[in-house]
Amino acid sequence: MTKPMKQHLIDPEICIRCYTCEMTCPINAIEHNDDNVVVDPDICNMCMACIPVCPTGSIDEWRVVREPYSLEDQYGWDELPEQEEFPATASEAETSIEAMDEAMAALLADAHKGAGGRARAPVSASKPTVNLYTISKPVEATVQGNYRLTGDDADNDVRHIILDFGATSFPVLEGQSIGITAPGTDAGGKPHLPRLYSVSSPRDGERPNYNNLSLTVKREPHGVCSNYVCDLKAGDKVAVTGPFGSTFLMPNDPEAKLLMICTGTGSAPFRAFTMHRRRTNPGATGRMSLFFGARAPDSLPYFGPLKKVPESALAKNFAFSRVAGQPKTYVQDKLREQEEAVAELICDPATHVYICGLRGMEEGVEKALSNIAESTGTQWLALRDTMREEGRYHVETY
Amino acid sequence: MLDLNNVSYDTMIPNNVGLSQDRRVLKALEKWHPGYINWWNDLIPQNFQESLVYLRTAVSVDPKGWAKFDYVKMPEYRWGILLAPAVEDRRIPCGEHAGQPAWQEVPGEYRAMLRRLIVIQGDTEPASVEQQRFLGKTAPSLYDMRNLFQVNVEEGRHLWAMVYLLQKYFGRDGREEADGLLQRSSGSEEAPRMLGAFNEETPDWLSFFMFTYFTDRDGKMQLESLAQSGFDPLSRTCRFMLTEEAHHMFVGETGVGRTIQRTCEAMNEAGITDPYEIDKVRALGVIDLPTIQKKLNLHYTLSLDLFGGEVSTNAANAFNAGIKGRYMENRIEDDHKLTGATYPVSEVAGDVIRVADAPALTAINMRLRDDYTRDAAGGVGRWNKIISKAGIDFELKLPHEGFHRQIGVFAGVPVTPEGRVISAEEWEAKRAEWLPTRADGDFIQSLMVPTFETGKYAGWIAPPKVGIDNKPGDFEYVKLHMA
Repeated sequence: MTKPMKQHLIDPEICIRCYTCEMTCPINAIEHNDDNVVVDPDICNMCMACIPVCPTGSIDEWRVVREPYSLEDQYGWDELPEQEEFPATASEAETSIEAMDEAMAALLADAHKGAGGRARAPVSASKPTVNLYTISKPVEATVQGNYRLTGDDADNDVRHIILDFGATSFPVLEGQSIGITAPGTDAGGKPHLPRLYSVSSPRDGERPNYNNLSLTVKREPHGVCSNYVCDLKAGDKVAVTGPFGSTFLMPNDPEAKLLMICTGTGSAPFRAFTMHRRRTNPGATGRMSLFFGARAPDSLPYFGPLKKVPESALAKNFAFSRVAGQPKTYVQDKLREQEEAVAELICDPATHVYICGLRGMEEGVEKALSNIAESTGTQWLALRDTMREEGRYHVETY
Repeated sequence: MLDLNNVSYDTMIPNNVGLSQDRRVLKALEKWHPGYINWWNDLIPQNFQESLVYLRTAVSVDPKGWAKFDYVKMPEYRWGILLAPAVEDRRIPCGEHAGQPAWQEVPGEYRAMLRRLIVIQGDTEPASVEQQRFLGKTAPSLYDMRNLFQVNVEEGRHLWAMVYLLQKYFGRDGREEADGLLQRSSGSEEAPRMLGAFNEETPDWLSFFMFTYFTDRDGKMQLESLAQSGFDPLSRTCRFMLTEEAHHMFVGETGVGRTIQRTCEAMNEAGITDPYEIDKVRALGVIDLPTIQKKLNLHYTLSLDLFGGEVSTNAANAFNAGIKGRYMENRIEDDHKLTGATYPVSEVAGDVIRVADAPALTAINMRLRDDYTRDAAGGVGRWNKIISKAGIDFELKLPHEGFHRQIGVFAGVPVTPEGRVISAEEWEAKRAEWLPTRADGDFIQSLMVPTFETGKYAGWIAPPKVGIDNKPGDFEYVKLHMA
């Protein structure tokens, strides 16, 4: 089988044939006849210049194909073809549209593999913008602030970093990531590849209606990019790619329940989810639960602000594994402690489960969920697969 | 250094033309500004002025970041002056100066002609806002209300764009013309708007959608040909306006399409297969397809009149001067001078309509109108797909170019929608079958009840397939101010 490719298409049912995209395309990849406006797969380099100018949104369509649709195919369409199915064994990096940049797609596919199958976005999620900025054409953001989140004595250095995009459009949804490229080259003299960082602010900005976003970044010993990011100062310029990710997104349905399980900087998307819900639906109660693991309170990012969120809006369960004089507790232990509540949640078709953090947490968490499900007579793998197929089970670990 | 991609906010008027360094023009515009705000405030009903509308504001002329969406009170909208980026070494694309460097200043010999073109274009922009001023009160949804206001504020911005050109390049006469744009008023007895179609009220939402589809499309074609102008500031202004104009086309096409969609759905739900069972269809609270055809006939033909006479020396002069090009002039492969070229133009001889070749130079209007008709036919085809998909046997058609015309060779000639010349009496007798009657208007008006609940739509129109700015279906596009 030839390697699948991601193809840019225009939805002929929605397009109004204004040809603004055609006029905007810097390399003449778009053309039209009396029927349709079409994209030449041999020319389009996915620079995305046509995406924001489209008045209808019909331009933002992508299919993963074994063979690209020809111009003739596209001219003949009354509607877009469905996405063809790929076997479960197909590489997710190649057959998903989480990112157009291959390296980024591979990173995300790897991060999502703990879900046990092809990731799907929640049904009521907003449509994400993906890869508006590429490795060859990144956008420049300005650092607005860099704050240490962990205590002075904590054994880890986690940073809250705010990036401002000025007058440049950078539409991002909670759960999406951005790519940052450290300057310089690796040992082999090649430029560094971007690293992915999950956005920790909601879609309308770290500060509402400011064109900024925040990241939660932990300094890794010898980590080229994390040290670069953690050392950034206000006013510094950063090359950013993305946004990336089209499935690890939150449902817009205000009735949906969120069960969020994380460790360390895996809390970033959940900060965004929680803030979005608190901003759009401040009075809502009983629909968000958080299980958050860290070594100790002073090494848990956002411990202070989190405590201020009322328990009625967000049920919080902290697990600490290195507190002197206390037994080591992990998130899975907290899940078991709350067995009844968790069982009720995972059996509720309104619940969306998110797991985010270090790869090491995956096994323990899934085992706990499996035990809890089976204690109610529910077969875990079947339940997990159903949830995932319905866009309600999401894993992002690294 | 001047950043000509991003918009600067260092003056009251957002712009990418370095206004803060151009004291004379800045002063002139600041003097014009209060009159503009008064015009706007007197126009749109007060509770809408106070409402928060989810609007798109142009913030850059770079395609990637060209606009942002946010809640705005309309009087606080940042109407700015935005020119598309200059094309390096741009040349005059057509006429006797073709190939020479594009003008950055007004060429003296064409000053009057240019000023007139800009004033006519400018006059249509506020006119349509005036025509649509009361529609907000009967919006079929908050989504549609938002689209109306988006169109309105952008027409306002287009007025600014034309006023900038007048103030910047035409000195004192330009200033007077800019004031005149605020003094004339749609439908006024003493000082009406310059073009006929812009003095008719837009009484209902179907008229609004038809207007944005057919009449704004004339505007689009005019902008397309002015975007080809050898006068570079005009070209750059119009190129940027076209990106916004595309949204107006979208509102018209999807508005009519959603109206048709709902009619077809309601007919199917009620088991009505004959689209001509007008009373039965109307009893369902939807607009019957034959009435939609009549509205189409009216708006299409009024819009054809906006192109002026088929054969016109004014149009020839503008082309020859390099002031106004043809639609997509830069993609046409010919000498761009039209020396000796011909173009087929219709004529009426007795009761026979025939086509004869005319010098292409004088047939510039005809050619643009043909381009318009081709462009307009596309959407009609897509509306017909909605009807055929619903399994209903009915086809909307653009009427013959000679039908119901007031300007050009067909003016006053009694031509049927199929293109047959008949007697004036016969035509009058058939009028009610072809054009909307007062009773049709009353019926449509009876459906115009406001639907202001988030995510809900009036019964005569289907919800849109996709939201604005990827927003979900129940997004609150307008936060209404209830006084």
